[in-house]
Amino acid sequence: MATQRQDWFATLKESAITAAVAGVLMLPMIGLYTSTRAGGLAVGTRWIELAAGVFLVFLGRLALIRIQNGDRLAPILGGLLVIATGFYLPLPNGLLTVCCIAGGAIIVLRSVFVWGNSQLQASANQNDNPTIAARVQPFLKKYGPWIGAAVIAFAIAFPWLPFADRRLIDLATLVLIYVMLGWGLNIVVGLAGLLDLGYVAFYAIGAYSFALLSSNYDLSFWACLPVAAMLAAFLGILLGFPVLRLRGDYLAIVTLGFGEMIRIILINWVEFTKGPDGISGIPKPTLFGLSFSRRPSEGTESFHQFFDIPYASVDRIIFLFYVALGLALLTNAFILRIRKLPIGRAWEALREDEIACRSLGLNPTNVKLSAFALGAMFGGLAGAVFAARQSFISPESFTFIESAIILAVVVLGGMGSQVGVAIAAILLIGLPEWFRELQDYRMLAFGALMVAIMVWRPKGILSFREPTLRLHEPDGKVGK
Amino acid sequence: MTQPLLSVEHLSMRFGGLTAVDDLSFNAVDREITAIIGPNGAGKTTVFNCLTGFYPPTVGRLTVSHETTRYRLERMEGFRIAREARIVRTFQNIRLFPQMSVLENLVVAQHTRLMRASFFSVAGLLGLPRYRTAEAEAVAKAKLWLDRIGLLSRADWDAGNLPYGDQRRLEIARAMCTEPVMLCLDEPAAGLNPRESAGLNELLISIRDEDQIGVLLIEHDMSVVMEISDKVIVLEYGRKIADGEPDEVRSDPAVIRAYLGEENIAEVELNA
Repeated sequence: MATQRQDWFATLKESAITAAVAGVLMLPMIGLYTSTRAGGLAVGTRWIELAAGVFLVFLGRLALIRIQNGDRLAPILGGLLVIATGFYLPLPNGLLTVCCIAGGAIIVLRSVFVWGNSQLQASANQNDNPTIAARVQPFLKKYGPWIGAAVIAFAIAFPWLPFADRRLIDLATLVLIYVMLGWGLNIVVGLAGLLDLGYVAFYAIGAYSFALLSSNYDLSFWACLPVAAMLAAFLGILLGFPVLRLRGDYLAIVTLGFGEMIRIILINWVEFTKGPDGISGIPKPTLFGLSFSRRPSEGTESFHQFFDIPYASVDRIIFLFYVALGLALLTNAFILRIRKLPIGRAWEALREDEIACRSLGLNPTNVKLSAFALGAMFGGLAGAVFAARQSFISPESFTFIESAIILAVVVLGGMGSQVGVAIAAILLIGLPEWFRELQDYRMLAFGALMVAIMVWRPKGILSFREPTLRLHEPDGKVGK
Repeated sequence: MTQPLLSVEHLSMRFGGLTAVDDLSFNAVDREITAIIGPNGAGKTTVFNCLTGFYPPTVGRLTVSHETTRYRLERMEGFRIAREARIVRTFQNIRLFPQMSVLENLVVAQHTRLMRASFFSVAGLLGLPRYRTAEAEAVAKAKLWLDRIGLLSRADWDAGNLPYGDQRRLEIARAMCTEPVMLCLDEPAAGLNPRESAGLNELLISIRDEDQIGVLLIEHDMSVVMEISDKVIVLEYGRKIADGEPDEVRSDPAVIRAYLGEENIAEVELNA
């Protein structure tokens, strides 16, 4: 009897501590808000929401402890009660309703599928990774090409699907740009293991190459694309030289500085780049010389005139989507191929052990520079597409936060995994748009999602690695 | 007599005030296993690091001669020593590529040849037959070595998941895949059990007799050293104190003193 009372006391204490921590965290994020009043900003308070949040956390912690102790009925009932509260009580705002329902649902789910700490620990230790890989690999081997074909077919059909409106297609183009960026950075970070925090510099170089060439020399998108890619690759080599000896943290700091340097040059070299004003009127890509404008300039024909169809402004957006899709598929094919070539294996060997590489006769300088150059090349391609999509670019688009987002795409996707990076790009770029309905809490939900992915899969969404060469079939018999 | 495969002349290596290797000279020839032994801190690994380009030696001339060409190692970068002079080493703490498969480890070792065959990746990207044959040859060679070290069935394992003894053998096979003229092994028997150690002896002897290259060996395990070496060099405080056949070295008083200490000498003599 006494131990049980002790037990309850400890449980309540633990829950109270959790609630207190949550309260401290939520005070600035939820409890306070700023609003514009006459004469400046005013700070408002939301005590009811704060109190409700703290109370929910208290209940949640209590329920989790009960679940761990084997008591499942009470948490299920409590969770259902919280969900019902969320549904039926007229709570002061929508977010609280969402929190109630989601929180209750989590508690119910956790008590139904007892998902204890031990299991969490195991996935964190990566002990289950070979088994997951072993389970997934035969499946992928069998259905992988079909899944890939289905995804590509979906992507091709996407603009014609009923729910795809102008905004969504435009968003999909942006997602594809980030997929390309993620794959490009994946060469440097995921394969070669060189932490690059200034990747946005190559993105900027690609975008500005296209913008400047088209506005000064009137070159078309297709003529500028290879130039943008090559300039970015050249800059990648230029960055590579001074950082050849650096690894890890030091490399990250130098590349970070490099990214900022490019941005600051773009701001200050006003005669050349038009500085902070940016460059506007960047032309859209054409389809074999057919433009997508309503009234093409003298002597040229536009898409709708040539095919004799009514003009629709969405055509241009759809075409740009296909351009981005084509380039992304090209990037993917290139990287999948090069991964299986000696140079791709050398990148991975460099990530694994540079000293061993050198002792086997691999020239680390060449290996690193080729990784920087090719990674930068895809950044440049993505930059050119970005400039074409925006029609207007300024140094504001190429801040450090962009580098951080691209790196987050790579890390969340699973370093070295092509599919994982694509999924992460969709989540990271697409979801914040869907979260717009949460208004102020959009970034909060975004952060929660990132934390959730890292807890659930500490090495990224798809972190297993398929060897580039195999002697035996992965049927589970040979191997492990 | 022709030039020995490897000739080390007056090698000295100083780190600040510390002289790790002091005026060391020795030769090593092919089809022989040359062992370098000595107490901890005698400078054995430093000799290896100088030979394979990790440190430029303070003083000394390191010459490798094969196929009528002479290479001066003290002037070459580490990766060129492995690629051109073809002196390849393994490490005291194993340095495999742990997240790559066993097979890939062996194929990476054939990088230089594959790069040339793929025209620096262009032929490979286009999928030209020239590259495909080169890759098939590389895999065949890797398979041959996997068979020799008994890891054929584990070819697709991650190298990092192999048991310790297998990792040691894989590292040797990986070095052999670069087609060296001299293989430098830094304590290959460290951490092996007696059975694995015997297997290692067989492997090293077969490398000497079948591949007919020179082997330079740093080892603490005397059962390995005395059984398979053709020549033993003993270092103490960076200086060579003995050089000769295993039996000669074993009975050399200077060696006994180095290993057992001054005061134990009388005891050993009494026992003898």
